Amino acid sequence: MSWLTQLFSRRRLYSELSEEIQAHLDEKIEELVAGGMSREEASHLARREFGNVGLTEESSREAWRWPSVEDSLMDVNYALRTLRHSPMFTVVGLLTIAIGIGANAGVFSVVNSVLLKPLNYPKAEELVALHQTAPGAAGLADFENGLLLSPSMYFTYAEQNRTFQSLGVWVTGTANVTGLAEPEQVRAAYVSDGLFQALGTPPEVGRWFSAADQIPRGPETVMLSYGYWQRRFGGDRAVIGRNMMVDSRPREVVGVMPKGFQFVDADFDLVGPLAFERGKLILAGFGFHGIARLKPGATIADANADITRMLPIWMDSWSNGPGTNPHVYETWKITPILRPLKQEVIGNVGELLWVVMGTIGLVMLIACANVANLMLVRVEARQQELAVRAALGAGWTRIVRGLLVESVILGLMGGVIGIGLAYAGVRFLVTIGPANLPRLDEISIDVRTLGFTLVLSVVSGLLFGLIPALKYAGPRTSFALRSAGRTISASRERYRARNFLVVGQVAMALVLLVSAGLMIRTFEALRTVEPGFTDAQHLQLMRISIPDSLIQEPERVTRIQHGILDKLAATPGVKSAAFASEMPMEGFDSAWDEIFAEDKVYSADLIAPLRLYKYVSPGFLRTAGTKLVAGRETTWSEVYALRPVVMISENLAREMWGTPSAAIGKHLREFSNMPWHEVIGVVQDVHEKGVQERAPETVYWPSLMSNLYGPGPVGAVRAVTFAIRSDRAGTEAFLNEVRQAVWSVNSNLPVASVRTMLEVYGKSLARTSFTLVMLGIAGAMALTLGIIGIYGVISYTVSQRQHEIGIRLALGAQGGDVLQMVLRQGAKLALVGVAIGVCAAFGLTQLMRNLLFGVTAYDPVTFAVVAVLLVLVALLACYIPARRAMLVDPVVALRYE
Amino acid sequence: MKKTAQRDLFPGTLEMMILRMLKRQPLHGYALVQHIKRTSQDLLQIEEGSLYPALQRLLKAELVKAEWGVSSSNRRVRIYRLTAAGAKHLQREVSSFERMLEGITRVLAVGES
Repeated sequence: MSWLTQLFSRRRLYSELSEEIQAHLDEKIEELVAGGMSREEASHLARREFGNVGLTEESSREAWRWPSVEDSLMDVNYALRTLRHSPMFTVVGLLTIAIGIGANAGVFSVVNSVLLKPLNYPKAEELVALHQTAPGAAGLADFENGLLLSPSMYFTYAEQNRTFQSLGVWVTGTANVTGLAEPEQVRAAYVSDGLFQALGTPPEVGRWFSAADQIPRGPETVMLSYGYWQRRFGGDRAVIGRNMMVDSRPREVVGVMPKGFQFVDADFDLVGPLAFERGKLILAGFGFHGIARLKPGATIADANADITRMLPIWMDSWSNGPGTNPHVYETWKITPILRPLKQEVIGNVGELLWVVMGTIGLVMLIACANVANLMLVRVEARQQELAVRAALGAGWTRIVRGLLVESVILGLMGGVIGIGLAYAGVRFLVTIGPANLPRLDEISIDVRTLGFTLVLSVVSGLLFGLIPALKYAGPRTSFALRSAGRTISASRERYRARNFLVVGQVAMALVLLVSAGLMIRTFEALRTVEPGFTDAQHLQLMRISIPDSLIQEPERVTRIQHGILDKLAATPGVKSAAFASEMPMEGFDSAWDEIFAEDKVYSADLIAPLRLYKYVSPGFLRTAGTKLVAGRETTWSEVYALRPVVMISENLAREMWGTPSAAIGKHLREFSNMPWHEVIGVVQDVHEKGVQERAPETVYWPSLMSNLYGPGPVGAVRAVTFAIRSDRAGTEAFLNEVRQAVWSVNSNLPVASVRTMLEVYGKSLARTSFTLVMLGIAGAMALTLGIIGIYGVISYTVSQRQHEIGIRLALGAQGGDVLQMVLRQGAKLALVGVAIGVCAAFGLTQLMRNLLFGVTAYDPVTFAVVAVLLVLVALLACYIPARRAMLVDPVVALRYE
Repeated sequence: MKKTAQRDLFPGTLEMMILRMLKRQPLHGYALVQHIKRTSQDLLQIEEGSLYPALQRLLKAELVKAEWGVSSSNRRVRIYRLTAAGAKHLQREVSSFERMLEGITRVLAVGES
């Protein structure tokens, strides 16, 4: 008989059993009667000899059951019934749990997708980012990107290494595509040979670049991203072999990368080959990100050692030109610190996410404490029922199990709703897409998140079920029968568990509120930093680049840019307009170089400190709102006359010459055969890399110069960001007029990255504001749950002590005394919680030290404000039940007896 | 006070005896009890009811099977018979029981000879 038919034929089995036993007894009785006994006597004897009929039937049936499973089913049934019978409790408990679990599942899905899941490349664990630092290179070492690779480094590493399967470099940029639709500026990535081989993701259609594509002036080829392929070619596979106009030159499409493929964390539309001219390379040119795939068995330490070995080979194999010492780079102390590619992608978000996960975990604990409290109240109300069950023979383990089943069911139901909440939350998060959150499009609720939620639901169910279960279902239940119904004031012991929970809640809420408070202080501190520009909301930005295939002569490029500025200035509502090679915080890989002063002596064996440099048009300072500290701005006539003038930042002026005014009239240059440029203006320090970062020493060159990028003829900066000061910034009508203004000068120019300075600024604060919002949410949840917790406990205590309070009042206590008594109890709980919380917060806020700015992890103001706030709120929560206690009518209270 | 003669059976003994009885002939519950009592010459005190849970366990383990029939006193009763698996099980149980009994006997006999 299979177990299934057994299960269904059971009812028949049971009735047959009864029949059989009855037959047994009848037969025996008949036999005894036949032997001369009276029927009555025979019946007694038969039953005595048979034993307990009910018990026999019960244990006979037991043979057919899986006792543990069926008992559990019974428990589940019972639990569901009790939950249904107290809908208020169920709804409140369920909501608390669901919100807690939802928040945790949501944050976990982010942590899982961003931090835990491997990158989207085959065998991604073998991939490393070729990260290196140069602590000896002044001006460069503090920046996050470290020292990027130069093309000559790439060749040395790629050819001489012993630890990599393949290695390549890449860089991002933009490209102008014409001839498909409107002229369009797209995001481009340029890659060397070896990069696709290292990443290993096969193309969706076509092929990777081959070594032949990397030959300078060889065949011009391009690859597409999946998105661009879909958008511009409708996913047509026949695109392979077609030509498209990129930067006004025809390029053959050779391949399309699959959906979701990124270079580390960079989205792109087109990929082009870097095609280095090997013969012309020098040592310098540190502008390329390197990625390598380790040989099986090779570790990062091996690879670091390998690169350290290759650095002298690199210096011996290349030079920076005749008369230079290639070994000057020894003073830079270039050190490889390779790291897993995943770490490169995640960046500093890891720490942030773990802090958020931790705070949300705390919220979950507080929620559990609240539900445990609810359960305690309920179990207390059911004490008689439990005692009766115990008296009727239920083992206390069985009762505990029943209670736990109930709380686990509550947990699981909460988990189901929570997953729904988490799903909505994650969708929302992906939609608003907090900038700087890498791998955003990979965030989803996957099997691991579901597993996490399941475990969390069960564990939290056990957690908040265990306290009441152990407290009330213990072996001592019998006294409950005796005392139930008597209106005694409960012993202290009775409240201990509940007080303990409330103290814990207050302590955890304090930790969360302090963290949120520290983030608010950080945000405030960041807002007070003068970024180096004003009124970001009314500064419209857009990026335009003029490729040399479109306009050849440098001066004409500048004239066109100038023409655009004139047209923009004539647009209604525009106060002024200007351009720069990049705006602060725009996030480009900035340009750094040695800058020499005429009146300083530089050793040939040392590399001078590196300075950030950028190119600005006349009127830039006025438009951006960057203050001029000394001197004056450049003029258009100086630009066209190629007058050797320059502006510098205040910190650079102070470092070189002591005061801003002393810098005026001094001379600077970038490389040896560049004419000396006269410093005509000193500019306020600008936080180019975001307000958290120190403002770098900066040099502002004119945008049209003789030998712009190195020794050579006149050059103009072709890719610039236009900044337009107008109260109409950001409105659609205004943007249309702005585009028309640009196209009236040259209709082939794509307008890209249209946004206001406020967006750029906001993006640079995104990490802080994201943390602030998350911790704020967690803090608010904690505070709410904490208030509910303390309110619940105090009002329950009051309702239980009504009789006692009645006696007190009858014996002459004043209402005020009673009020005070209740408040004192609440205050005591709150104070103990706050004290514990402060100690815990001292330790825990250390973990978020790196997220803070302008405030220490021990900020006394935050601690004090939060502590006082929490105590006040707790007192307020106690006040309502305290007033109720004061209004107790002694006559009514005592009549209950 | 409890009679010392009346002690609980070893676990599994009742099942073993049931199987042994059924090996000789198929029986219904009441007849089984009578047979065991008679054969043991009333040395074993068996609560009659305890037979039924044991029979159910054996049924579930498919060591016996049952079908409805008519008893000698003309009642509708369930008659149990041994299955092949039951016979094999009985053999194993008996030999292991005999070994255990022999062991116990030897230990109890120490120093008496």
